[in-house]
Amino acid sequence: MKNKYSIFSLIKNAFSYHENWEKAWKDPEPKKEYDAVIVGGGGHGLATAYYLAKKHNIKNIAVVEKGWIGGGNTGRNTTIIRSNYLWDASAGLYDHALKIWEGLSQELNYNIMFSQRGVMNLAHNLQDVRDLKRRTHANRLNGIDAVYLNTEEVKKFCPIINTSQEIRYPVLGGTLQRRAGTARHDAVAWGYARGADEMGVDIIQNCEVKGIKRNGDTVEGIETTKGFIKTKKIGVVAAGHSSVIANMAGLKLPLESKPLQALVSEPVKPIIDTVVMSNAVHAYVSQSDKGELVIGAGTDDYVSYSQKGSHDIVEGTLNAILELYPIFSRMRMLRQWGGIVDICPDASPIVSKTSIKGLYFNCGWGTGGFKATPGSGDLFAHTIANDEPHKLNAAFNINRFVSGDLVDEHGAAAVAH
Amino acid sequence: MFLINCPFCGEREQSEFKAGGEAHIIRPKQPTELSDDEWAEYLFMRKNIKGVQFERWNHVHGCRKWFNMIRDTSNDQIKAIYKMGEKPPVK
Repeated sequence: MKNKYSIFSLIKNAFSYHENWEKAWKDPEPKKEYDAVIVGGGGHGLATAYYLAKKHNIKNIAVVEKGWIGGGNTGRNTTIIRSNYLWDASAGLYDHALKIWEGLSQELNYNIMFSQRGVMNLAHNLQDVRDLKRRTHANRLNGIDAVYLNTEEVKKFCPIINTSQEIRYPVLGGTLQRRAGTARHDAVAWGYARGADEMGVDIIQNCEVKGIKRNGDTVEGIETTKGFIKTKKIGVVAAGHSSVIANMAGLKLPLESKPLQALVSEPVKPIIDTVVMSNAVHAYVSQSDKGELVIGAGTDDYVSYSQKGSHDIVEGTLNAILELYPIFSRMRMLRQWGGIVDICPDASPIVSKTSIKGLYFNCGWGTGGFKATPGSGDLFAHTIANDEPHKLNAAFNINRFVSGDLVDEHGAAAVAH
Repeated sequence: MFLINCPFCGEREQSEFKAGGEAHIIRPKQPTELSDDEWAEYLFMRKNIKGVQFERWNHVHGCRKWFNMIRDTSNDQIKAIYKMGEKPPVK
């Protein structure tokens, strides 16, 4: 049993100069065989292992990660959490996640710094206004909090926005989801890792999958850089590298992997206490607890695994940011980076069984997977444990590309993909 | 961002171009005969290779012509560029 984190453990460890904190998770070598192996130690993968152990009583689980946990897109995203999606299937999926977020720090005994500071989506043209109003109504029918704001109300909620109607893309209105917000992305991975480790999950870092062993239509195990691991159930949660793993199993997925960039500024005093997203000009911004502005740019439109994006994409985003927030004109940017996101043709994820028995994929989250981390883990664990999807992820099966029953969130998700 | 040697205009910045996805996907000769699985394969399934990949590109802010490219997606290095209808210079 791990020591509980509390004010008392903090005081106790202060006396030993914080040098004797127990390790949050072990660093084991892989065993020969597991009941289930999760490929990918990001937030979604660790959450999957956590819920498999917690809710489905499968304890003999390994999470294999080619780098370090949370080092991929979990540590590269802009930490926005919201559930104001248009379609019923998406609303169910993302709001399931949001409900778990609301109690997650307590459940994990790990402060994930979840902050319901609200997310505002701006409208810049008449079609935006219509789309956002429609989405607001759809959200409310699905029990998701959403309000439509006119230009004055937008200005009141976030005073630093330039609401002049003279700019190239004037603010005509916006939507607000107050339950939405941000969380500390690293802490999410670390919290789930600590919780999973406590229940006996082996978290194996620096262990890259090199092959998937099949016997006919059934999986037998995985080849890794640390040797062969036998297992009957493989859950792949490899984000941008999902197609690479799928190719090992002889599967093709409807994915394209593209670079997505983000950047942060130098830290400044609190200036923006919410998250503001703008689909039409592709600019979104929030402020971290350290004081940095966190800015998300768009994807490059070519396939790349280079974890680098193009400068013109960043330039376009910053142009839009400066027009909307003239106050930032003299801010200096501190860091810029890229992650590789796997995008489905309908911009919705795949959380599904496959044609190969024992092989499950959780992928296609594209540019917006972080917000779904707890829900994705919970539903994927259900799918793996029961060999059947939960009703909330049934629509996100891989066969929708054959049946045509797509969940088209391209325009509907309130942000461009 | 990288430079692309358009076969019609010469070397230009990548931002002048639009990526058109995987190349050499052949349109079904008899669309009415296709099963749903075959349609899904044609429309949606992609190799999405990490490594050397065959792609289509369009010089959308230039001559607006399409051409093919062989590019290593792990480091964005271009291996070859050839016109539509031409045989790939390497396998």
